[in-house]
Amino acid sequence: MTMHPLSWDLQVLNMLAALLLLLSFAMLSQRRIVALVDLLALQGALLCIATLLLAWRTGNNHLYISAALTLGLKVIFLPWLLHRLIRRLGVYWDTEPLLNITGTMLVGVLVVIFAFGLAQPISALASTATRNSIGIAVAVILIAFLTMITRRKAMSQVVGFLSMENGLFFGAMSATYGMPMVVELGVALDVLVAMLVLGVFFFQIREQFDSLDLKNFESLREDQ
Amino acid sequence: MNAFDWTVQLLGILLALGAAPVLLGWVNKCRAWLQNKSAPSILQPYRGIRKLFYKDAVIAQNASRLFRLAPYVVFGAMVTAAAVIPSVATRLPITRAADAIALVGLLATARVFLSLAAMDVGTAFGTLGARREMMIGFLAEPALLVVIFVVSLTCATTALPIIAERLSAQSFALNPSLAFTAIAFTMVLLAENARIPIDNPATHLELTMIHEALLLEYSARHLALMEWAAALKLFNYACIGFAVFIPWGLATSDAPMGLALSVVVLCIKLTLAGAALALIETLSAKLRVFRAPEFLASAFLFAVLGLLVRLLLGA
Amino acid sequence: MEFIVLLVTPLLGALILGAFGARRWAPDANVGFSLVTFLSACALTSRVVAHGNLSVAHEQFFIDAFNVFLVALTAFVGLTTSLFSRPYMRIEADHGRVSGGQQRLYHSMYQLFMATMLIALTTNNMGLMWVAMEAATLSTVLLVTLYRTPASLEAGWKYFILCGVGISQALFGTILMYFAAEKVLGSEGVSALLWTHLNAVKGELEPSVLGLAFVFLLVGYGTKVGLAPLHNWLPDAHAEGPTPISAVLSGLLLNVAMYAVVRCKVLVEGSLHSSLPGRMLMGFGLLSVVLAAFLLWRQRDVKRLFAYSSIEHMGIIAFAFGMGGPVANFAALLHMTVHSLTKSSIFFAVGHATQKAGTQIMDDIRGLITLSPTVGWGLMMGTLAILGTPPFGVFASEFLILTTAMKQQPWATPILLLALGVAFAAIFGRVQSMVFGETTAKRLPHPPALIPVFAHLGLVLMLGFFIPPYLADWYRAAARLIGGE
Repeated sequence: MTMHPLSWDLQVLNMLAALLLLLSFAMLSQRRIVALVDLLALQGALLCIATLLLAWRTGNNHLYISAALTLGLKVIFLPWLLHRLIRRLGVYWDTEPLLNITGTMLVGVLVVIFAFGLAQPISALASTATRNSIGIAVAVILIAFLTMITRRKAMSQVVGFLSMENGLFFGAMSATYGMPMVVELGVALDVLVAMLVLGVFFFQIREQFDSLDLKNFESLREDQ
Repeated sequence: MNAFDWTVQLLGILLALGAAPVLLGWVNKCRAWLQNKSAPSILQPYRGIRKLFYKDAVIAQNASRLFRLAPYVVFGAMVTAAAVIPSVATRLPITRAADAIALVGLLATARVFLSLAAMDVGTAFGTLGARREMMIGFLAEPALLVVIFVVSLTCATTALPIIAERLSAQSFALNPSLAFTAIAFTMVLLAENARIPIDNPATHLELTMIHEALLLEYSARHLALMEWAAALKLFNYACIGFAVFIPWGLATSDAPMGLALSVVVLCIKLTLAGAALALIETLSAKLRVFRAPEFLASAFLFAVLGLLVRLLLGA
Repeated sequence: MEFIVLLVTPLLGALILGAFGARRWAPDANVGFSLVTFLSACALTSRVVAHGNLSVAHEQFFIDAFNVFLVALTAFVGLTTSLFSRPYMRIEADHGRVSGGQQRLYHSMYQLFMATMLIALTTNNMGLMWVAMEAATLSTVLLVTLYRTPASLEAGWKYFILCGVGISQALFGTILMYFAAEKVLGSEGVSALLWTHLNAVKGELEPSVLGLAFVFLLVGYGTKVGLAPLHNWLPDAHAEGPTPISAVLSGLLLNVAMYAVVRCKVLVEGSLHSSLPGRMLMGFGLLSVVLAAFLLWRQRDVKRLFAYSSIEHMGIIAFAFGMGGPVANFAALLHMTVHSLTKSSIFFAVGHATQKAGTQIMDDIRGLITLSPTVGWGLMMGTLAILGTPPFGVFASEFLILTTAMKQQPWATPILLLALGVAFAAIFGRVQSMVFGETTAKRLPHPPALIPVFAHLGLVLMLGFFIPPYLADWYRAAARLIGGE
């Protein structure tokens, strides 16, 4: 059985999709928060490259703007903001995940299989060249969700949340070559504002609790 | 299957036997250079093996027949494995008898006998090493098998020589699945061959030994065979890697010119691979033993990811 | 024209109050901006009543029977809440619970929240609706944590994360919907995301994709409605934030989220031609009603108690929309209106009650009637209204829903009746002991603003007796629009 040779840009896009999946697994198992933010920035960079390639391939000009937006927001500004927060708050390690690292990764593999199954009907209907990557986008979203669930530190949960947004963006790109520009701008604005709000929030939390460990957030219960 | 093919097969085995210690010597040389030390000669492992053959074997009183048998079994398994792996040619008569899964079985046989023999004499360090070796093997084997599955899916066969032939016939393409499995395979290679970051081959601290602990009780010709088998194991793994991931240069037909060319190409590949291995070893630190399962779980994960990506993207 | 004023006023208010929100006149300015918003909403409403559906800015915004009364309701409750918040925030400032910076934040975020909700209600673009919903959450997160207590920080964190994750699911659903729409409507411009266009071609949209999209949209926007089991953020956010925020969260945000769910349901039902979306809504609705009714018994904090009551009522509304058909939709729309008015009036009364008593724990609040009859009676009346006592409007809508349920989904009727009964017992018992008895509460420095309370309750009472014909026509037109069976 020989493999049909794909054009080089599709090969690169497939490779980028696979690397995105790899990065989300790397984030799942990462204990150092600084490394986590760097992986997020790398994810954003890969997304930017993929958008540029797709823009070149399909000729959609608004994808160029999209790529520039991704670059500015997800690769440069947000990681810078998060790094600044990490330095000022002094949170560097997140060593107590809910499940041990090996177990989490095995659950991650199961999640990926589920995501691929979920995305099959959508891929079958899509008409874009990157339709096979929809499954990877859904997998990235679900693994980011898993990252959020299994973490103790607030900062890691936020990174998981942003990774979920990355997955959504990639999904939109694979299925429909991106959303209309106004929507993408709106989403980017929302993410930006959310991060700014979070920055303020983290300081309030630290002021009150002297730590960003989420163990402090288990006091409000049903029978209060 | 004519006489030429059988000759090629025999040539492959002899080449493996001869080249394995040289590969080990080369890796040691590169490591020494990277660490700014002066290196022993590249033929030093030969001298070591030869010296050991001249010595008298000293065996413990309570050693069973298994203890005496194990070196031969292990060595034999490694030689058979070398026969199955296409190092210089892809038309090997033995292919009909053994495919890649049988190969994994041969490697497992070697491991089992090694571990049993270490436990045979009843020393603490032998048992310690045996347990660690089995743990590493238990985790590394699934990863290796998944790597083979992915490659078999790509080529619709599990026979290594045919896989190599089909992969070398295709033009170069970026295959994410093969990239992931390559990473997984490298990690398995490091683990199974007792390299840093899993085990330090040059250590003399028994508490941190894994592979070395298994050989503590052996001496003379038995030790020589065991060491040669270890070198052969590294050579075999390297050749599996080449056959699957860098198959170009293998002789696929009867021509003697092709054969000579493939020997030369193999030497170049081994040189580069040995240097790369030395580089990885120098740049990594040895992991604590309880972290080894995490390392191997990552290898397994990479392999499974490669499988899933292959199934999803078809690439 | 009125539409532009409607949207620009709160945005302008947010900017101005962001700079000057700590001055003495800031609460009055807040009321002023809300009044202008309300007046323009009334003007817009009369125009829609006179001329029919309105489409603004190349169909980017669309006002029809369904959202026009919600716009008017939002602006009205926004106005009355700002009236309530005047003395409330002054008292809080005097007690030292809010600083100058926090007051600025409060007032500007209040106006911004109004603006985002109005945008979410009037936009035709599904993507922009998502953006506005997320913006509404973001503008209130910092308000929930206004008091900086450990509990409020926890509540704010849960609110942010749960609603954020939930709304990401809704984004995925929107992407899937765009994906299905693009095939039929093409990818030029934003045509494939405009609700009116989607509504026109909903029969041609791919059913499997829309079905999957609806699951994500329901989970996503349903989190913001407070449907169980995604309701965890709601009680905490209501209990720990300032009371005016609890009022607008319960009264307005939940409605807007419900509106989003129903808009999506219309599209999906048109494509699937099955009752799956309706059944999902019914399921979530019933689960919310039952869960909330039983959890009501364990509450010790008065605002949490009424937050669970909000979950229960949103469950009833979801159940009604799930049943579909003209009567159920009519009842659901009526219920949205009266619940919003009643719940906000309850929170107004509760706000002043907690300020007098100095605590939110129900066991420590006693004898409100003796100290301030207006607050006491306001709370009592409001509670009776929300529990569905005739002749208040809530009784009318619940009655309609129950009778429709008996006809269409008889198995659900006993469950609903049981839950409503359990909730009645729980809330009434608590409120009665709060309102009557000996009191240890103090007088307040500023007179409480109780006009809003009685204005809302008066409206609800009127709606119980008599629904003005134009309102009934609206409801009927909207019910027809929503369809379903």
